[in-house]
Amino acid sequence: MKLWRWLWLLVTLGVLAEGFRVALFVVPPDSAQGNVQRIFYYHIPSWAGMGLFFAINLGCSLVYLAVRNRNEALAIKADSLAVASAEMGVVFCFIGLVTGSLWGRAVWGIWWTWDARLTSTLVLWLIYVAYLLLRRFAAGPQMRTLAAVMAIFGYLDVPLVYMSTRWWRTQHPAPVFGGAPGSGIDPSMMPAVWWNLAGWLMWGIFVASLRYVSEYRAQKTEQAEALKSLEFAPGQTQMAGGRS
Amino acid sequence: MKPAYFLMHLKKDLQLEWRSKDAINSMLFFALLVVVLFSLAFDPTRAVSRQIAGGILCVATMFAAVSALNQAWARELRNQVLDALRMTPAPAASLFLGKALANFLFVMVVEVVLAPVFVMFYNLHALGNAWLLLLVLPLGTWALIVNGVFFAALSIRTRNRELLLPLILISDFYSSAAGDGDVGVGDSDGGNRIRCLWIKMLAAYDVIFTTVCMMLFEVILHAE
Repeated sequence: MKLWRWLWLLVTLGVLAEGFRVALFVVPPDSAQGNVQRIFYYHIPSWAGMGLFFAINLGCSLVYLAVRNRNEALAIKADSLAVASAEMGVVFCFIGLVTGSLWGRAVWGIWWTWDARLTSTLVLWLIYVAYLLLRRFAAGPQMRTLAAVMAIFGYLDVPLVYMSTRWWRTQHPAPVFGGAPGSGIDPSMMPAVWWNLAGWLMWGIFVASLRYVSEYRAQKTEQAEALKSLEFAPGQTQMAGGRS
Repeated sequence: MKPAYFLMHLKKDLQLEWRSKDAINSMLFFALLVVVLFSLAFDPTRAVSRQIAGGILCVATMFAAVSALNQAWARELRNQVLDALRMTPAPAASLFLGKALANFLFVMVVEVVLAPVFVMFYNLHALGNAWLLLLVLPLGTWALIVNGVFFAALSIRTRNRELLLPLILISDFYSSAAGDGDVGVGDSDGGNRIRCLWIKMLAAYDVIFTTVCMMLFEVILHAE
């Protein structure tokens, strides 16, 4: 298991290095924006990662709600994966916001604007931060249930973010992939997109898997301790009863 | 014939409020404070202040509603009323609907009292966008309340619940607040198409969130 993880990390670093090389030195600069456009190769993978991990979070939350009373082992696994993927999604969302902001400063001349895409994305980030906060403010199985419900609410914002550039006239550029006819980028730029997409998703999966394992162990330990204290309880009440 | 369960819950909440008048009084006073504070922060005689008046009304109601929503379920904790409610044969969704309707009415009362004060303080044209406001105010308020009552129930069993509710609610409500503020301010050259879109958005938001809240409320209520 550990060997696999090391191998995965090595391959990931290799792909990221290749992605960096292709994005910065191989593909041609954008005809209109010049070299600034190259941040796109980091912007897109962040959103792809965010989309992937928030979807995993939603799936795990649904699984948790469905099996929490029937299959505790599976429920704990689903909940641990939900936490790991939410944290990873928040990180990707943050990187996406930062890369977008850097690009905006260079191209628009401003760091931030309150158009529909940027606002809804920031709100999405806030919602998932609130999700992680909720997990800290409550405890035990009831917290997991509440968090799973919260995750469903959080995910309702994702379609809004995705459609915002289609529904409204935003300052954010129109969709590059899957947008109007004729959208998309020059085929000569695609290698940079593919390498970075693969590299950053692999990186995300690596970090999320580490977080999953640590969260799973923490929850197992917590459960074992709770069971242990329950086992001790009858003896103690007996003793207390004997004394009285 | 027995009235529907949610009507019984609604009646109980209205009765409670009628006797204590806790929620409405505290909300009114709080919203009034916000209005006064804003007039200190922005010169209320300037034209800009008039343009942002709709937003101020939205923010004032929202903060006031959050302060009341914190109490919406907390008052059920006394004497284990919430546990008793959990054991009743009534479906959880009806409890939620009753609670949401009651709080919706409280906040609407506050808004109806507050709106003329607003028009007065900020020298607005009383009938400028009145028909629009009649449409937007209930829709926006319902969006706020339906989420608020749900998240208040969600955070009732957590530490720092006074802090958590605004955190969750405000981030979630934002998407509808944007629409609410936009339409409320609605300057004349904004174009009817955009305004219609926002109202449709708000209505869609209401339908979606009411449905999801009612479906998931049982999980929240019995989360142990």
